[in-house]
Amino acid sequence: MNLFNDHKKLFWASSGLFVLLMLFVAIMPAVNNQMNNAPLPGSLLLTEDEQAGKKLYISEGCVGCHSQQVRNVDMDKVWGSRPGIAADYAGMHRISFWQNTATLMGTERTGPDLTNIGQRQPSKEWHLLHLFNPRAVVAESIMPSYAWLFEDKDAADSADVVVTVPEKFKGGRKNVIIASQEVLQLVAYLKSLSQVPLPDGTAKPEFLYQTSKKESETALTADNGPDGAALYASNCQSCHQQTGEGLKGAFPPLKGSEIVLNENPQDLVNIIMNGYDAREEYAVMPAVGKNNNLKPQEIAAIMNHERTSWGNNAKKVTAQEVEKLLEAIQKQNAVQ
Amino acid sequence: MWFFRKNRWPLVTLLSFSAWQTVAQTPENPVLYKGTDVGIKLLVLVLLGLFLAYIIKIIISLSRAGSAMLKKPSFTVDKNQISGLTADQIDIMLKIVPQTPGPASAVKIILPAVILWIWPHFSNAQTTVQAATRENILTQPGVLITFVLLFIPLLAGFLLLISKISTLLKKYQQSKIQVELQSIANNLGNDLFDDEVSVLNDRKRALRFQLSQHELAGKNRASDEKGLLNNIKIQHGTDIFPVKKKPIPRPKIDPKLTQLILAFIASAVLWLVIGTTIGEYVGIKFVAPDADAISWLSFGRLRPVHTNLVFWGWATLGMLGLGYYVVPMVGNGKLASIKMGWASLHFINLSHVLGTVSLMAGINNGGGEYREYIWPIMLLFAIGLGLSTTNYLKTIAQRKTKEIYISNWYISAAVIFLPIIALVSYLPFWQNGIGEVILQGFYMHQAVGLWFMMFCLGLLYYFLPQQFNKPIYSYSLGVLAFWTQILFYTLIGTHHFVFSALPWWLQTTAIVGSVGMLIPVTSGTINFLMTFKGGWDKVTNSYSLPFFLVGVIYYFTGSYQGTAEAFRSTNLIWHFTDFTIAHSHITMYGIISFIIFAGIYAIVPRLTGKEPPQIMVGAHFWLALIGLQFYTIPLMIGGTLKGLSWGDAKPFIESVVLMGPY
Repeated sequence: MNLFNDHKKLFWASSGLFVLLMLFVAIMPAVNNQMNNAPLPGSLLLTEDEQAGKKLYISEGCVGCHSQQVRNVDMDKVWGSRPGIAADYAGMHRISFWQNTATLMGTERTGPDLTNIGQRQPSKEWHLLHLFNPRAVVAESIMPSYAWLFEDKDAADSADVVVTVPEKFKGGRKNVIIASQEVLQLVAYLKSLSQVPLPDGTAKPEFLYQTSKKESETALTADNGPDGAALYASNCQSCHQQTGEGLKGAFPPLKGSEIVLNENPQDLVNIIMNGYDAREEYAVMPAVGKNNNLKPQEIAAIMNHERTSWGNNAKKVTAQEVEKLLEAIQKQNAVQ
Repeated sequence: MWFFRKNRWPLVTLLSFSAWQTVAQTPENPVLYKGTDVGIKLLVLVLLGLFLAYIIKIIISLSRAGSAMLKKPSFTVDKNQISGLTADQIDIMLKIVPQTPGPASAVKIILPAVILWIWPHFSNAQTTVQAATRENILTQPGVLITFVLLFIPLLAGFLLLISKISTLLKKYQQSKIQVELQSIANNLGNDLFDDEVSVLNDRKRALRFQLSQHELAGKNRASDEKGLLNNIKIQHGTDIFPVKKKPIPRPKIDPKLTQLILAFIASAVLWLVIGTTIGEYVGIKFVAPDADAISWLSFGRLRPVHTNLVFWGWATLGMLGLGYYVVPMVGNGKLASIKMGWASLHFINLSHVLGTVSLMAGINNGGGEYREYIWPIMLLFAIGLGLSTTNYLKTIAQRKTKEIYISNWYISAAVIFLPIIALVSYLPFWQNGIGEVILQGFYMHQAVGLWFMMFCLGLLYYFLPQQFNKPIYSYSLGVLAFWTQILFYTLIGTHHFVFSALPWWLQTTAIVGSVGMLIPVTSGTINFLMTFKGGWDKVTNSYSLPFFLVGVIYYFTGSYQGTAEAFRSTNLIWHFTDFTIAHSHITMYGIISFIIFAGIYAIVPRLTGKEPPQIMVGAHFWLALIGLQFYTIPLMIGGTLKGLSWGDAKPFIESVVLMGPY
């Protein structure tokens, strides 16, 4: 056969086949997607600070451990309210003359997915402390510390953002710890990450492989309700800690807290659902319940966990009570 | 028996392939997906069943043959009949052994017993499998354990069955001989005449005849006048480390080329040492995240340094260096330009120095794996690579042989494809939005499959026949693997983004392509292993062949594992976990690096005329192999557990804690 003997024919044949397939599976779909997708109407352009934060995110290689994609499978539900679609990434262009586009979808989840982190964890104070030393807020975390993004000062100026770090995690630093410009930008970028709702009338793509039966098996514990401890770990623990003691100067303790132990659970329900920012000395609490779409029975389970752990001893609440309170709160808000 | 006849095999393989493909293609419907899982198991069971049926059939036909033997009329005594017997048998005959029970009865007793023993076993296994599938399989943490547990008894049962059958066969053969002897003896009657005894004795003597061992050499002392004897073992005693053969001296290679190749290999090894040290340090950070707090040494920055150095530094330079030996050698010609080779090496080394510094300084291309170098640095790399490509192609064009040997098919394809891949992936025209991801999937996998794998296959097609001193088993299998590798591998890039926002059809194409990869992988493995066949003794006394063997085995398992990972069902568990990391280490280290090590051990002694200390090579081999196991298997187990934990909707941090021990 000629192919065995003529190198030109061989080279052209193999590269021809390859290039043809390449056009078909890579270039054409890529061009096609680029032309036929536009950012969703509700999506916001990144501000200058957020853009700078994204650059820091890229240069620190965060994508190596954190993905930014919600797949259309059931287990990804925790990362966003709907599966990601091409339009979510359509607004992304080349970063600079030197650098390529960064969709930052990622292929590895050593750490949690960050598609929706801005909604899930909107607390700036939490992010700053977490970046200074992740173990200060999540004891088991294996994330690197980014302490070099923080400055040391003898006394804080009025414009400085002070980060209250527990003594144990200061890493030898004696003075006041100030967040640098860059880390503030990074936090701004993280806070900007959230899923844009689809325009009205567009059906959400569905999550596949729903495990309805399974869910009822694992989520239910002996007393036939959702597992409060697990829900607490997912939703509350990163700030209030496993011990319920919070972190001094940043997150208030739940252990012995008046609001938690109150006979009337209305305040607690309200805070879990809608957030809280009444106390100067602590960070702002995000609207955890709203952001994460917690259902009444889940809120009840969290509350019961909080009301009966760490030496707390208050009456348990039922899902029905919580539901009623939620309705009342909603009405109240509507009136205001 | 039709089942095992040779021409039926393709049909069977095809059937199983199509079954796999249906698994790959049933994405949307979760119910269907459960069904196919059952389907796979049923398929396995059916295949097992067919195999059992086949064995039983053999046994029955044997027992029939046995009983038929008994009924055969006995024949008259003549010399023809005696000629069928061995000397020992004649001995027995002369003593006339006492009668033993016929064989057929024994078979008849044992056969039902075997069936009775195996059947409940088998049907038990079947019911458990079905019980397991009734629930949702993949979300149950115990599934894998169950799988193993199910498999162990089946396997044990099979081994027992096989041993029983083999004893049965032995017994049957013995009794067949006895029956024959008995029948002859019966014919002879109880009294042997003298002449009959002398006929038997003559025959016995004839059969026991042996040469005196001096027929050819006479009684003179042996001497090796032409220096034909080599590698004579002088020390006796137990061999803990088998003595390896020294390579036969070959015509000298151009010393300038030797220098070039050695420089390539030396740079490759240097990058390997740096790259793996960094990898190790990065690994330590998983356990002790507060090991340091220096920005230049943070995990996020060092991780790409590790991957790039190992990929583009070690493996690429190592392969190119070996290529500079192989490409001219199989064309029986000279290298087109040695200068170009040096320029290529300098460009690539420069790109790695700059790349490493820039990555550690936090300058990267925006997150695509193996695409972290920004384009000016990658351009240096591409220039270096392009120089080598031109060099290779020119060398092939100048070859002295008429034919282009298969190695050079693979190598030339690899060196043509990689520049195209790099160029396409760095050009900015199709990289906005999701286009970047499509290109990323394409780039990442083509680099692996059409560069590293393609090149290494080319090297294997040269080194294996060369080491064994015999031609490759099948040239046409190599050609088949070549075209199918291009066809299927090009398609599979996006299987890293299954379930993502990429077009669904593209994901499906990728999965189908991954299944198609079974064809080149299977044909390649068969080709290599059949080349090994008949030369296993050479594996023990060569220091490069064990490395090649491991490379080939990992080529098979690693690639099949890749296909298995690509299915939507397995992707559910394994995607985003450390299982993928284990897979990439198995392929990059188990396949690529082992083949490069082997190639280095094969040619460096030849180039320099110096031998490496054998114990060091042995230690290298075993440490590398065991080290790889130590680290990929826990990663795989850990990755699986992590995926299952996500499936159970447990808090994320639990999965981090879970990974701790691994």
